[in-house]
Amino acid sequence: MNNKWLVPIVAPAVALVFAFAVAALALLLVDVNPLDAYQSMWEFGTTTESLISTVTRALPLYVSALAVAVGFKMGLFNIGVEGQYLIAAPIAAWVGGVVDLPAPLHIGLVLVTAITVGAIWGWIPGELKVRRGVHEVISTIMLNFIAIGLGAYLLINFLQEESDSLTVATPLIGDSGRLPSLNPVLEFFGIEPRAGFELGSFLFIAIILGVIFHLLVTRSRFGFDLRASGVNAPAARASGVDPNKMIVRTMVISGAIAGLVGMERVLGFFHQYTSDFPRLLGFNGIAVALLGRNHPVGMAFGALLFGFMDRSALILDLEGVPREIVTIIQGIVVLAVVIAYEVIARILQRRAVKAAAAATGELAEAT
Amino acid sequence: MDQAPAVELRGITKRYPGVIANQGVELTVMLGDVHAVVGENGAGKSTLMKTLYGMVQPDEGSIKVNGEELKLKSPKDAIDLGIGMVHQHFMLADNLTVLENIVLGSEPTSRMQIDFAGARKRILELGDTYGLVLDPDTLGENLSVGERQRVEIIKVLFRGAKILILDEPTAVLVPQEVEELFGSIQELTDEGHTVIFISHKLDEVLAISDQITVMRGGRTVGSVSPDEVDAKQLAELMIGSELPSPETRESTVTEVVALHVRNLGITDPTGRAVLDDISFDIHEGEIVGVAGVEGNGQAQLVDALLGIVPITTGSLELAGKDITGWPSRERRERGIGLIPEDRHRQGLLLPSPLWENAALGHQTVEPYATGLWIDRAGARKQTAEIIETYNVKTPGVDVPATALSGGNQQKLVVGREIMADPEVLVAAQPTRGIDIGAQADIWEELKKARASGMGILLLSADLEELIGLSDTLHVIFRGKFVAELDPKQLTPEILGSYMTGAALDEAS
Repeated sequence: MNNKWLVPIVAPAVALVFAFAVAALALLLVDVNPLDAYQSMWEFGTTTESLISTVTRALPLYVSALAVAVGFKMGLFNIGVEGQYLIAAPIAAWVGGVVDLPAPLHIGLVLVTAITVGAIWGWIPGELKVRRGVHEVISTIMLNFIAIGLGAYLLINFLQEESDSLTVATPLIGDSGRLPSLNPVLEFFGIEPRAGFELGSFLFIAIILGVIFHLLVTRSRFGFDLRASGVNAPAARASGVDPNKMIVRTMVISGAIAGLVGMERVLGFFHQYTSDFPRLLGFNGIAVALLGRNHPVGMAFGALLFGFMDRSALILDLEGVPREIVTIIQGIVVLAVVIAYEVIARILQRRAVKAAAAATGELAEAT
Repeated sequence: MDQAPAVELRGITKRYPGVIANQGVELTVMLGDVHAVVGENGAGKSTLMKTLYGMVQPDEGSIKVNGEELKLKSPKDAIDLGIGMVHQHFMLADNLTVLENIVLGSEPTSRMQIDFAGARKRILELGDTYGLVLDPDTLGENLSVGERQRVEIIKVLFRGAKILILDEPTAVLVPQEVEELFGSIQELTDEGHTVIFISHKLDEVLAISDQITVMRGGRTVGSVSPDEVDAKQLAELMIGSELPSPETRESTVTEVVALHVRNLGITDPTGRAVLDDISFDIHEGEIVGVAGVEGNGQAQLVDALLGIVPITTGSLELAGKDITGWPSRERRERGIGLIPEDRHRQGLLLPSPLWENAALGHQTVEPYATGLWIDRAGARKQTAEIIETYNVKTPGVDVPATALSGGNQQKLVVGREIMADPEVLVAAQPTRGIDIGAQADIWEELKKARASGMGILLLSADLEELIGLSDTLHVIFRGKFVAELDPKQLTPEILGSYMTGAALDEAS
């Protein structure tokens, strides 16, 4: 089965080359030597500190992509990951800031709070779709605005701690509610990054989520129903799947994962929620899910790629190159990858049909 | 015979990788003839017709139309030459009128506007001449199947076709409609049109054709005149061996009721009863047939039994248990199997591997699942067994379902449902659109399942299949069971008159 690996490797490789080529043209237009720019990105991006930063940036994107991918698997477009994590993060951070529990329980409580809030925020569009036929794209986009507004309102009126700082923030989470740094492990292997660069143990949570995602989607009965609904909804229905229940459950699961998107920053870095908490992780997660084809490993690579590009873009400012070029590359990569997957998948399908025809001597019906 | 044939195909060969769809095919159609092309599914009829209609370019061979050799690069070339094709699946817009549907794509204009008045006149003329009666202002969605077909034929004539290709035109018609169609075909040839008629219903072919070309395995195996052969000889020429029949042997009907349906009714949101007061029993070991023109409530009946749509009135009992309120998953788990009427829409996950397709509908029970998990090893083993037992031709259990031929896809669906050994199997169009060989296999499996005590509800448009297989036969008309008939004393013609409601009118 050589073909099995052809799609996931060739398609993104082709797309990447294409994206960097287009970006090179853009750079030439603004009188920058693209090779120089790419070289400095690579040199800067592969330093120890940058690699830690890359992974750190990739973690929330990965979780976000998992949340999106669960919906994609059954043809549901959860565009609301953005809102789901932006409402879950302040509430979970506040809970973490006001309680004092032993370490594992403290962290666990914050995570469970985030999951619950995200799940509720994801349940709303699911229920709206089932009961009133509101398309989830519309309702999740609207709920994003509501989440951002509601989050700010809650933060200012109920969740913030009085302080003289300029930013509004929830109370700081105590030591027992902070995810430990993995730097001691790195040091054990002789890697000693500069101060300020810490590899967070949220890494393990992300890996566990990836494994759960894989088991849930490809190994469980629920996952079978999920994928069947995505491939052929009427057939899934005839096989006994209740489409309404599927929609609600999937949105709840997607929202629950989405609730965790902000937890890397909350538990591992800020130890609180601030009014300038990172945005757009939910939308970028959609891009990463597309890039990784909803596959847990593919999305990990996609998230790392985006993390790497975000990080290495920082050097471009110093070199006088517009940093936005990286955003252009990211956009083109996603578009090109989607197209490349489609093209290669079609070629492979045609081949499978031919192979089966050759093996059985009968022409397939659906050619 | 000094006139050139209307169509002359010589040595047409079309290869697809791994498969030769047409090999050295010869076809000569004389002007003004009805020329039938018969053969099983997969015999290469469709490829040949697509070649003639410009949809497929042959690798070898020559095409002559009216004596002139030419290349057809697209259907547009064919239309310009006066070749028209009426496809098996009608392509009409439901929200347009007959008139609009006909002019769609070749709108006649006068002074920058669509000349509807002129078009209407032509359509009525064409209808008059060829006995294709239609009201130009009826909406597409209100047309019966027979009327849809008439629209398609007029559409082709409207574009000036002199040579008409009719692809399985009678597959969806009841006998009375078939007669009307044949009347029109007669008128067409009388007026100098040439008709190429694709079919595998052999008595029809014998009744209407002037000449018959038989295809098998991508080749032409002969061209015969209908006077020289009878249906049996023609069929044997077609499949190259003896003919199967749906006839069941001795009765296996028991006294035990497998499915007990009482006063079943569904009212749609507009208040119309799509199913009305339907009551029947299926006993273990019994095949209960449901005959009816498509769209008279068969699909709703299937959905209601499977719990896919909620019912308005009535009750269902499966093996003595009241299942009226059960969700479809529970009904599937506890013993209702389904062979859906459209395997692509409701029966298969085309891009997914065969083993997932075999699990579909049974993904919550052994051997496909253990607890909350899919048992991949068990599912593959079961799939291999289905493939083996039901003679599904496939390279393995991991190929996508889309790679299989229609007959093999259907055998997989039939196999997975019968293998699961349900109390009651709902079989909707179990042999639609598959070749005679696969059809015979599926008949055989249904008979075996019946003999093993399964109760089967058979819904089919193939009247011989219904009459041959059923122990009891109900006729559904406008959502009601209007007659219960004894299949042993029925002919397709009598059954057809019940299905259109004609026999009911006479009786009342």
